[in-house]
Amino acid sequence: MTIALPPIKSPEAHSSLQPTSWLRYFSFSLDHKVIGLQYIVCGFLFYFVGGALAGVIRTELATPISDFVSRETYNQVLTLHGTIMIFLWIVPVVNGGFGNYLIPFYVGARDMAFPRLNAVAFWMIPPAGLLLISSYFIGGAAQSGWTAYPPLSITTPAMGQIIWIVSVLLLGGSSIFGGINFIATILKFRQPGLKLLQLPMYCWAMLGTSILVVLSTPVLAGTLILLSMDIVAHTGFFNPSQGGNVVVYQHLFWFYSHPAVYIMVLPAFGLVSEILPIHARKPLFGYVTMVYSILAIVVLGLVVWAHHMFTSGTPPWMRLFFTIATAFIAVPTGIKFFNWIATLWQGRIALNSAMLFSCAFILQFVFGGITGVALAQVPFDVHVHDTYFVVAHFHYIVYGGTVFVIFASIYHWYPKFTGHMANEHLGRLHLLLTVIGFNLCFGPQHWLGLNGMPRRVAEYDPQFTLMNQVSSVGALLMAISTIPFLINVIGSIWWGAKAGDNPWRALTPEWLTSSPPPVENWKGAAPLVHEPYGYGTELGVIDLKVATGSDLWRNPQ
Amino acid sequence: MTTTQPAIESAEQANTLSTEHSSHGHDEHPDLRMFGLATFLVADGMTFAGFFAAYLTFRAVNPLPAGAIYELELLLPTINTAILIASSFTFHRASKELMKANMGACRAWLLTTALMGIAFLGGQMYEYFHLPFGLTDNLFASTFYALTGFHGLHVTLGALMILIVWAQAARPGYFTPEKHFGIAAVELYWHFVDVIWVVLFGLLYLL
Repeated sequence: MTIALPPIKSPEAHSSLQPTSWLRYFSFSLDHKVIGLQYIVCGFLFYFVGGALAGVIRTELATPISDFVSRETYNQVLTLHGTIMIFLWIVPVVNGGFGNYLIPFYVGARDMAFPRLNAVAFWMIPPAGLLLISSYFIGGAAQSGWTAYPPLSITTPAMGQIIWIVSVLLLGGSSIFGGINFIATILKFRQPGLKLLQLPMYCWAMLGTSILVVLSTPVLAGTLILLSMDIVAHTGFFNPSQGGNVVVYQHLFWFYSHPAVYIMVLPAFGLVSEILPIHARKPLFGYVTMVYSILAIVVLGLVVWAHHMFTSGTPPWMRLFFTIATAFIAVPTGIKFFNWIATLWQGRIALNSAMLFSCAFILQFVFGGITGVALAQVPFDVHVHDTYFVVAHFHYIVYGGTVFVIFASIYHWYPKFTGHMANEHLGRLHLLLTVIGFNLCFGPQHWLGLNGMPRRVAEYDPQFTLMNQVSSVGALLMAISTIPFLINVIGSIWWGAKAGDNPWRALTPEWLTSSPPPVENWKGAAPLVHEPYGYGTELGVIDLKVATGSDLWRNPQ
Repeated sequence: MTTTQPAIESAEQANTLSTEHSSHGHDEHPDLRMFGLATFLVADGMTFAGFFAAYLTFRAVNPLPAGAIYELELLLPTINTAILIASSFTFHRASKELMKANMGACRAWLLTTALMGIAFLGGQMYEYFHLPFGLTDNLFASTFYALTGFHGLHVTLGALMILIVWAQAARPGYFTPEKHFGIAAVELYWHFVDVIWVVLFGLLYLL
């Protein structure tokens, strides 16, 4: 792949080599901005596939009987929905997508630490995703859910399950390569003079996330290798009929998959910490406490996995430990939420699409967090385990949390990505439809779960019909909500007003260059931003190109 | 891929090359490849940690069927362990000679290390053929083959990489006392594989 080209030294050759064509987004480009957008757009394509599968699920559940698809198909659809949404949409977009685009800017670098590894990590994703989807057409997709619990995953048709394992292994490898790259970039690739505690919060979020990726993803990989041996070579690691132990699989699986929740949500925390100060024109409240709460979430996130297994015969001491550890996570998370609210407090808030989506995130994630604390309590959890209450909680975390932040981030960085402003009216319509649709879809599922409707079923008791139909209407609204979004992000490339370099008058380094940025990120030297959140000065007296945020904030002339 | 590239793509590759090598702000950055490799080895170590955790839980919780045993023949694996530990020291000698720019001795020690790795693999194959149990016989047997097999895969890759740097070192000036990422990286990896084996030996054979 590497081509031995003679180093090009002449400056005129250099400027003419700026990639200009749209073709570079289909190439093995090493530019972190191209790779970031590749991640985001590729993730969106898979989001539509996963969303269509969710549409199938909600259509099936609009009636109590299994009449839209067969039960086996329903199982395949829900497995593909979960796997695609987690491994091909949320994890790649909030980590690889925005991480690749923003982190080199934030550390003052021209690119990531390992550009080739970066491109390899991205290009593992489309084949893995297509492989996963193709399994539906060649002998049926996996049917055991995104958790692939044995013995279910051993007894369902082997072909789909093996393709699922290979696909997840590829995606896990991609994730690990990305994590290594982020750790090296953030810790070792910083501009001289830029201290760790001067970095924008998204860097800290990505550092914490990448530590989780590097520590936990390999355990999932090893576990899936053992599972594939059970399926292919008929070993008995997780097969009770051969003396194996299914609970060991659950422990190893959740050792990855609980941190995976933080892998999905911590970057969203970081992104929201970038968006709120800019649109509230106030410094991020409690920077240092934000950093320590991220690190606390990383440490605690690694030792709470068994709260997914309270009904798996866990001994009392384990229940006690994991309940307490889980409840403790609410503390650093709560610190972050109070800090965000304090950031907004008395700010000059611009209620644009990015800000509105961020505020919706705060509301909905708090709700998901509260049901999460409830679920951590064993006496409550054993009653709602594997019911729709868990489904509702999870979607409030990953959709109400992360996906809302992804939309906020798209609106926020759209001017930087394209050089054009996104349309505010369409953005607000998108917000309105998404918030109503989302809450209509997942709110009633709390009620369904509390009243005993189990999850992962194609048929249910007729008493649940009304709430399921409300939920399906909400899903339909969510599907419709993507139409104004698509029109907006595609159309604004041509119709959107010119954004200029810094339409939000932001201080973080990605705004201190042209939109879209040049290949080398900044013409000339990279700006050294010591205080990225120094907002609150009078407008018009700031020369953003030379002043540091701290000067402005403390001494506004 | 390389022959039919559209102009824009090769242009961009050239551009990236030049941003990496020309005076474009990248010169002040340190070489992070060893850091990246160390991070990767942490991840790799976590894979083994997961396997070890599974093995220990199986041992603690799941009784073996009647007649199955945990005891293994110890003589050959102990010799194997000694060979693998010694090979870490021979690799260290190779690095020492490299730092003295003594490439002949460096290559000799590299080849010795690779041969010791291959001897280890040979010993393991011999052990596999003479074990009283097969892959699917019981939980201990499955775990034994999975763990030693996964480690053996690492040794195989390591031996291949040592042979590659051994061949590269034949070219004059390819590795110098100042510039020798290939050898340093393979050495770190080799020590890692060695340490993993010591843990694995303790857990599988001695416990």
